[in-house]
Amino acid sequence: MTSVVLEFSGGLELLVDGKKRLEQEVPDKLTLGGLIGWIRSNLIKERHELFSQGQRIRPGVLVLINDVDWELEGKETYNLSSGDCISFISTLHGG
Amino acid sequence: MAPKLCVLCAASRACLRRPKTSEAICKECFYSAFEDEIHETIVNENLFKPGEKIAVGASGGKDSTVLVHVLKLLNERYEYGLDLFLVSVDEGIKGYRDDSLDAVKRNQQEYELPLKIVSYSELYGWTMDQIVEKIGKKSNCTYCGVFRRQALDRGAEYVGADKIATGHNADDIAETVIMNFLRGDFPRLIRCSEAITGDSVGDSLPRVKPFKYTYEKEIVLYAHYKSLDYFATECIYSPEAFRGHARQFIKDIEVARARSIVDTIRSAEKFRTDPRTSSEQTLGACVNCGYMTSQKLCKACLLKQSLESDQKPDQGASQTKERGYHGR
Ligand SMILES: [Zn+2]
Repeated sequence: MTSVVLEFSGGLELLVDGKKRLEQEVPDKLTLGGLIGWIRSNLIKERHELFSQGQRIRPGVLVLINDVDWELEGKETYNLSSGDCISFISTLHGG
Repeated sequence: MAPKLCVLCAASRACLRRPKTSEAICKECFYSAFEDEIHETIVNENLFKPGEKIAVGASGGKDSTVLVHVLKLLNERYEYGLDLFLVSVDEGIKGYRDDSLDAVKRNQQEYELPLKIVSYSELYGWTMDQIVEKIGKKSNCTYCGVFRRQALDRGAEYVGADKIATGHNADDIAETVIMNFLRGDFPRLIRCSEAITGDSVGDSLPRVKPFKYTYEKEIVLYAHYKSLDYFATECIYSPEAFRGHARQFIKDIEVARARSIVDTIRSAEKFRTDPRTSSEQTLGACVNCGYMTSQKLCKACLLKQSLESDQKPDQGASQTKERGYHGR
């Protein structure tokens, strides 16, 4: 297993029992797309479509890899390493 | 993969890709670019005059929290000479507005700005909870949109403001442009893309949108990197489906072509209606409360009347260019 830190904010924390930050063991050799699918199946408790469609993150949810915009890191193809911090921030909740 | 360097300073590690330009830039260059662009909008669109009192609509959410932060900062940096106030609307929704009003109060203390809270219950005699209990969840966004718009005006008048600044961002405006297009409402399509509205009509205060060209992605990242204190939750009442579709469409398009958001606004700016077919509305005062209206009663009074008489709300009141209840 690989150990990563996951952060949920901007309203997404409501989909994971209100947890904003968790240290999580995930399967080895996941891509970020794979991680998104894994989170959807294993951590999201309700309204899964607000997080992703399969491995595709819902448009309007920002993803940061170690605080860097995932668009600079290959998005879904990024290979997860132990110790990575992945943040999911919804932009879709009230302004 | 080696970390990418910022294309602007070529010194620090890039931390985001700007949606409008596709440039990869670092945090410090992002802060400057973000703040400079808002300053440019303020200057180019003549949003403020020295000495004005500005009521900033503060909901405790991301947009208004960043707006308060940036307006305060730019007002000092560029000496706009503005007197800033926070005005918050309490719709009366247990467990939703309470928490976000707490975020507003924390902002008030952090930025040391005066705060006025106006509530639906004091203005209209109804809280949103009571309205939903009465009419169900079907058209509650209509009530909320109409009531909020007027409540913000009332709060701003109360503090003696000259103008209201709102946190409507580029994504919000593009979404409203699309909605007005799909409704065939071209006067509103044009109006919603203007950085200043309500300038010349009646006694409602002018509204300005300093974030007119600012992407939601950048607002959220700015708040994230600066650790600004905002509150994010969904309205507990069902959002308006039509707006939800427009919002999702804008977000889907952004993934494929991020510039489309600002280009949608540019398209609306170039839109002209045929003067032969457009009729000018004449505005007067509501006979009941004095708020500006093109009819006898203003929309809020019409809705209030329907709440009290068990009738369905008048169709004319169901179209509002204000965002729906859930802030979208
Ligand atoms: Zn830089």
